[in-house]
Amino acid sequence: MIEGITVYDVLAVSTIIFFIGIFGFVTRKNLISLLISTELMLNAVALNFVIFNKFLYPGQIQGYVFSLFLIAVAAAEVALAIAIIISLYRMDNSVDADDMDTLKG
Amino acid sequence: MNNYLLMRDEFVLLGIILLLLVAEIMLIGKNRKAVVGIATGLFIVHTLVGFLPLAEGTMFGGSFRTNHLLHNMKSIMNVGVVILLLQTWTWAREEWSHKGRVTEFYFLIFSTLLGMYYMISSGDFLMFFLGLELASLPVAGLVAYDLMKMRSAEAGVKFILMAGVSSAVSLFGISMIYGISGSLYFSEIAQNFHLSGLGALGLLFFMSGLAFKISLVPFHFWTPDVYEGAPVPVTSYLSVISKAAAVFALAIVLFLIGREFVSVWKPAIYWMAVLTMTVGNLFALRQKNMKRFLAFSSVAQAGFILLGILSYDQMGMTSVVYFSAIYIFSNLATFGVVQVISLKTGREQMDDYNGLYRTNPKLALVMLLGLFSLAGIPPVAGFFGKFFLFMAAAAHGYYWLVIIGVINVTISLYYYLLVVRAMFLRKSDTPIESFQAEIPVKIGLALAVVGILFLGLYSPFYDFILNLTTNI
Repeated sequence: MIEGITVYDVLAVSTIIFFIGIFGFVTRKNLISLLISTELMLNAVALNFVIFNKFLYPGQIQGYVFSLFLIAVAAAEVALAIAIIISLYRMDNSVDADDMDTLKG
Repeated sequence: MNNYLLMRDEFVLLGIILLLLVAEIMLIGKNRKAVVGIATGLFIVHTLVGFLPLAEGTMFGGSFRTNHLLHNMKSIMNVGVVILLLQTWTWAREEWSHKGRVTEFYFLIFSTLLGMYYMISSGDFLMFFLGLELASLPVAGLVAYDLMKMRSAEAGVKFILMAGVSSAVSLFGISMIYGISGSLYFSEIAQNFHLSGLGALGLLFFMSGLAFKISLVPFHFWTPDVYEGAPVPVTSYLSVISKAAAVFALAIVLFLIGREFVSVWKPAIYWMAVLTMTVGNLFALRQKNMKRFLAFSSVAQAGFILLGILSYDQMGMTSVVYFSAIYIFSNLATFGVVQVISLKTGREQMDDYNGLYRTNPKLALVMLLGLFSLAGIPPVAGFFGKFFLFMAAAAHGYYWLVIIGVINVTISLYYYLLVVRAMFLRKSDTPIESFQAEIPVKIGLALAVVGILFLGLYSPFYDFILNLTTNI
């Protein structure tokens, strides 16, 4: 453990990253940016698991294992999302969320 | 080795998925019509095998658990999928087999079902998370199945982004719960989990992630768009099987770890129930597209299920499972009719249903029964489902909630009867012409109708579920 850094400091980092992700998801209009925002949120969660494991429960590995699974699943999710976005781009020549108005909400 | 039999359902389904991959390779360059029959037949066998009794127990150090209740939840979902597969017979055969993209449909459907199995029989959060992702990622592929159509791909993007955010929020909550309790296992969490700010926040985050999946208000805004854009069979699957699985999972996890935190999550569920019932109903009133209409109706139905979770005892759990089973049959009946008509004529607006009874009386009758069951009109099953939910909530003193629920049932009666009026009383210059559906589709619709009538009139089914929930 690094001298002078408490669990609160690192938790603050991961929480800020998470809410940057939420903010980006709400404000951005580009589909790729939306995807990046989701990834930020997921990575904040992975960071959270590692932090809790490292600082609070150094004897076990459950948190580390969970974050590994998280990274793998997030990769699968991105691959699928990019595939759908590309097919959308081929039809519409745009990855802007405002152009998605075929279905009016 | 004997222990591995506990995962029988999962293994059989996995075997079917692998067999389908082999069949796909064998049929390269040929017409894939055979796949439809193979997949449906294999799944019917799987459902029948699923009815065989299964021992209770846990595997992998408690990561995977199964008992009679969980096993029967899976059977209920299996029956729903069988009906769905029969109803999609024509769609898969005529639309997709000549384009060479029919195996993927079954592959994705079975994969998500496998994910749901793991989700409801998970014993720790890691298994739960993997099940949840396996249950939601292939659905994005299914929603965007009609890739060459703009609206399908658009719905797919919306779904996958929403699924990503909801699982991230849910996982953020899980990480907090892990931070508090130092374990991912439900049994250990239940012991080490005490009332604290971080734990409460974690549980709320976790619940709101699941609320996205069940599309509870205020997390429902993706539902109508995705339901409208997706192909009708996928919409049917999303609103029935997917929703039932998420409800089961929410109920089970809350029963396992929520005991210490009743004061935190009960108010949240209470207000979500009020909002979901009311908002779902009010928005359903002004929908003209049948798929959007049924989307909001299914949002409202999910609100009623929360009453059972809220009462948090054996009676509540029983009513949740009972109502979900009935809901599966009723919604499959209505969606089945919408699907058949959409496939034959491409018409999906409510006005298109004017005079349906004159041209297609049988379809109109199936639709009528399904809508009556959703609305909760006495002779059919939906009434008993709602009745037991209200009973369970009233037994714990949630009288105001029950009153709000009854008012909402009355509102819902109005818009369900709008469709009935269109079908039976109105006349149209261009009615949907009379047509014959294929035999498997007819069987699928008939099974749904039998379910609606049978579950309503045959009371031992309720007692059967009541027996299952004795030791939750």
